[in-house]
Amino acid sequence: MTKNPEDYTSKDLATDQDVRWCPGCGDYSILKQMQGTLAEAGVAVEDTVFVSGIGCSSRFPYYMNTYGIHSIHGRATAMASGLKAARQDLSVWVITGDGDSLSIGGNHLIHLLRRNFDVNVVLFNNEIYGLTKGQYSPTSPKGQVTKSTPMGSLDHPFNPGALVMGAGSTFVARSMDRDPKHMREILKAASDHKGTSFIEVYQNCHVFNDGAFGVYTDKDSKAMTTIFLKDGEPLVFAGEEKGIRLNGMKPELVSLSDYSKEDLWIHDSSDRYKALMLTEFFDDQSKEDALPRPFGIIYQEDRFRYEEAMQDQIDKAVEVKGEGDLDALIRGGHTWSV
Amino acid sequence: MTKTTEKKRDVVILFAGDSGDGMQLTGSLFSNTSAEYGNDISTFPNFPAEIRAPQGTVAGVSGFKLQFASVDIFTAGDEVDVLVSMNAAALKANLSQLKRGGTIIANTSGFDKKNLRLAKYGDAESPLLDDSLEEYRVIEIDISKMTKEALVDSGLGAKEIERCKNMFVLGFLYWMYNRKLENTEVFIKNKFAKKQQIMDANIKALKAGYYFGDTNETFTSRYEVESASLPEGEYRSIMGNQATALGLIVAAKKAGLDLFYGSYPITPASDILHELARHKNYGVKTFQAEDEIAAVCASIGASFGGAFGVTASSGPGIALKAEAIGLAIMFELPLLVINVQRGGPSTGLPTKTEQSDLMQAIYGRNGEAPMVVIAPHSPSDCFDTIIEAARISIEHMVPVMFLSDGYIANGSEPWKFPSADDIAAIKPKWADSEKSMTDRGYLPYKRDEKLVREWAIPGMKELQHRIGGLEKDDETGNVSYDPENHEKMVKIRQQKVDIVADFVPEIEIEQGEDSGKLLVLGWGSTYGAIMTAVRELIAEGKPVSHAHIRYLNPFPKNLGDVLDRFDKVLIPEINDRQLVHIINSKFLKGALPLSKIQGMPITSKEIREKILETLNES
Repeated sequence: MTKNPEDYTSKDLATDQDVRWCPGCGDYSILKQMQGTLAEAGVAVEDTVFVSGIGCSSRFPYYMNTYGIHSIHGRATAMASGLKAARQDLSVWVITGDGDSLSIGGNHLIHLLRRNFDVNVVLFNNEIYGLTKGQYSPTSPKGQVTKSTPMGSLDHPFNPGALVMGAGSTFVARSMDRDPKHMREILKAASDHKGTSFIEVYQNCHVFNDGAFGVYTDKDSKAMTTIFLKDGEPLVFAGEEKGIRLNGMKPELVSLSDYSKEDLWIHDSSDRYKALMLTEFFDDQSKEDALPRPFGIIYQEDRFRYEEAMQDQIDKAVEVKGEGDLDALIRGGHTWSV
Repeated sequence: MTKTTEKKRDVVILFAGDSGDGMQLTGSLFSNTSAEYGNDISTFPNFPAEIRAPQGTVAGVSGFKLQFASVDIFTAGDEVDVLVSMNAAALKANLSQLKRGGTIIANTSGFDKKNLRLAKYGDAESPLLDDSLEEYRVIEIDISKMTKEALVDSGLGAKEIERCKNMFVLGFLYWMYNRKLENTEVFIKNKFAKKQQIMDANIKALKAGYYFGDTNETFTSRYEVESASLPEGEYRSIMGNQATALGLIVAAKKAGLDLFYGSYPITPASDILHELARHKNYGVKTFQAEDEIAAVCASIGASFGGAFGVTASSGPGIALKAEAIGLAIMFELPLLVINVQRGGPSTGLPTKTEQSDLMQAIYGRNGEAPMVVIAPHSPSDCFDTIIEAARISIEHMVPVMFLSDGYIANGSEPWKFPSADDIAAIKPKWADSEKSMTDRGYLPYKRDEKLVREWAIPGMKELQHRIGGLEKDDETGNVSYDPENHEKMVKIRQQKVDIVADFVPEIEIEQGEDSGKLLVLGWGSTYGAIMTAVRELIAEGKPVSHAHIRYLNPFPKNLGDVLDRFDKVLIPEINDRQLVHIINSKFLKGALPLSKIQGMPITSKEIREKILETLNES
C-alpha cells in the first residue's frame, strides 16, 4: 500500500539493493542523513528524483527508493536541468563528487547555478578520485602525492565555495560526513530553498585519501579549525575563546579576551559581500593565524527559477497568441491555390 | 518597338553578390513570386561561413540559386541560365556554373578597379572588356548608379540607397520573366511597416528596375515560364529546417507529449531552434544549453520526466553527444537526435552540404550501441520524416537519429501541406501504477512482443525505479555484471532496432522498371538530382530505375530482394562511398559508387553521365 509522506520513516526511503561502498566510507553517513531528511520532508517518494553522474558517490540513487538516474560522468547537472524544465512539480536532487562536478562536469555545474533551477546539488568532496583508484582531483591540495602524481600534483585546487558564488549560486552551504546532526540541518534547509542549493560535504575517502579533512572533523582539532555559522550570531569558535571581526574590509582573527561578541562579525547569509569573503576562508590550517573553515549556510538569496520563467513565457505566449492550432501552424503565413 | 516573349520550360537563375548585397532575400522573393504564379520551384542558397567576409573578395560571395519551371522539378538545377553578378568576385566564383550561351547580368560599378583587384582578376583587367565572355550574353547595367538616381529624392543616405540595389535587380528580372511586382511590394510594406522612407525607397527601386527593362530599347525579348501542372490543392513554400521544426511540434501534440528541445547553436541546425522558439504558444520548451553535451543530456532528462526530448546539431556536435546517446540507448527512452549534416571532418565546411555522417549515425558510439537512423529527401519531406522519426522513437522507446543536411535544411520548395487531422496519433506505451505491478514488484525492463518496455515516469506511484548507464539485469533493470546477461542485453538492444523494420513501409521503386540492368539507389538529399537524371534517361529509353532509402537503420525488409533484381546498383552520395560500404558488406552486392565530396550537391548531369557510363560498360 502507498504510504502518506507524513508517515514515512527512513526505511521507506531505502531500496533492497546492497550498499556497495567501502567499509568506513563517509558516504554511508550522508545516505543515512538523506534518508532521514526525506522521511521528514513530506514529499512523496514518487515525486522525488535523484540524479547522479559517475564516481563512488554517484551510486547513491540506487539506494534511494525514489525515481533515479545514474547518468554519465559530469552530466548529472545537465540531465537534472532538462528534467526540472520538463517537470516543475518534482523534487530533484543531484549527487556528485569533486571530480564529477568540478572537473569533467564543471561547465554544467556553473550553468545550472546561474539558471537557478530548483534543484539540490550535494557535492561529496573527498579531494581524490576514488572509483578510478586514487588519482588527484580538482580539489586536492597542490603537491598531493597520488598514483598519477608521484612527485606531487601541480594543480592549484579549486575553492568550491568561491567558484559557485562566482557562478551565481543562490544557496551555498558546507557540512561534513562526521557531523550527522549538522548535515541533517543543512539538507533540510537545502530542500526548503527555492532555487539551486549547493551543499559541499567534506567526505572522507577511507581507502585513498584517509583523513583529508581530519583537521576539521577530529575532536581534538575541530574546535580550533571550524566555525559553525548561524544567522544573526557572531562568528565565534574555539569554545568561545576566539572570534572573527571585520577590520575595515578585512576579516581578522581575534581573541575574545580582547574583544566582546558585539565587536564581532555577525553572520548574515543574505549578505552577498560577506558571503564572498566567507568562501575565501580557505586557509591551510597548518598556517599560523589560519582562519577557521566555515560550515553551515554561507549564502542564500531568493531569485527567479529558470523553469518557472520558462513556463511563464509559454503562458504569456498562449495569452497573447492563443493556444496553438496545428492547422494554422502547418499553413504558415502565406499560401496559394493550384 | 515591339518586344517579343519567348516560352521556356524551366529557368535557373543564380543571384550572386557580396554577402552584404542581400542576394538571399532577392532570391527568396523571386522564388515566392514564381511559386505563387504556379511554377514548381526549388532553391539552393550557398553562402560563406563568415558573416561578413572581406567585401569584394571571392571568399565573400553569397549566392542564391533557384529553378522555376512549368514542369515538376526536383532540384535547384545544374547549369545556370542567368547569372546575376553584383560584382567581379560574384562572376569569378560562379561563371563555371553558367550554361554556354547563358546570360550574365553584370552590375558594372561592381567591376571597377578596386573590385577587379579584390576579385583577383589579372592586372585589374575587366572580363567585361576583354573577349573572355564571348560565348555568353552579357547585359551590363550600372545598377548602383541607376538605383542612386532613382532614389535621389528619397531623403536616404548613400549607404541606405546602396542597400536598395538588390530591389532594382529584382525588378529587372521580374520584367524579364513577366512577373508581377505585387507579391514583393506586399512583403516590403510589411517588413518596413515602421520605416516609411525605406519602404518607399525599396518599392521605388523595384519599380525602377522593372521600368528600366520595359523602356530600354536594348532589351527586346522577355521570357515566359508557364505555370506547372502541380496536383491541385493549397500550397505554401517551405524550407527543410522549418519543416523539421513544424513536424516536431505536430508529432509532440499527436503523442500528447510536451516537446522539449535542447540545443546548442551550430550551423546549419540553428534555424530549427529559432523556428521552435517562435511557437511557445504550442507549449514548446526550447532550451539553449551551455554546450552540445548539456543539450542532449537535458533532453534525456526531459524524456525521463515524460516529455518528448529532442536535440539537434551538426556533425561536430553529434560527436560530442555520442556518449549521451549511448546512455539513452541503455535507458531505452524516447530521444530524437537531429543531425543537419555539413562538410567534415572537424569544423570542416560549416555552410556547405555533405552526407558524410552516415557511418557516424549508424556506428559512431562506444560499445554495441545500435540506433534507428532515418533520412528525409527534400525540404518538405522533412515534415513527414521527422514525424515518422518521432513515432518510432516514442512507440518503440528507442533513440532515433534524423539525418538531414545543409542542402535540404536551407533549400525550399512548394509544399502541398496536409491537414493536421490526416496525421495519425502517436501512442506512448505508458506504465500504470496498478497494471504494471507484478508479484516481483515493478519491472522497468519488462518488454512486450516488440521488445518495448513501458514508460514509467516520476509521479507514478509505486513505480519508482533507477536507471543508469551500467549494464542492467533483464527485466529488473538492476545493475548486473553477469556475463550471459550482458550478451543477452546487447542482443535485445539490437533486436529492438531490427524489429522496427516490421513497422515501416518496404522500399519502392520511385521510377523505372521493378527489375533490370541498373538501379540507382540513393538516400537523403540526392533524391532530386537522381529523380531528374533517371526521368530523362527513362524518357530516352534507357534501362534504369531509381529507389531511395528513407530508413537507413534498419533497412527496409525487402531491400536485399530489390537489389537482387538488378544487374548493377549505382549509389550517388555526397561522401566517400559510405552507403556503398554498408550495402556491400550487408548484401555482398558490388554496388558502384558515385562520390562527390566538394561541399556541393551532386548534379543531375553528373548522375546522368555516370549512369550512361555504367550502362555502356555492361
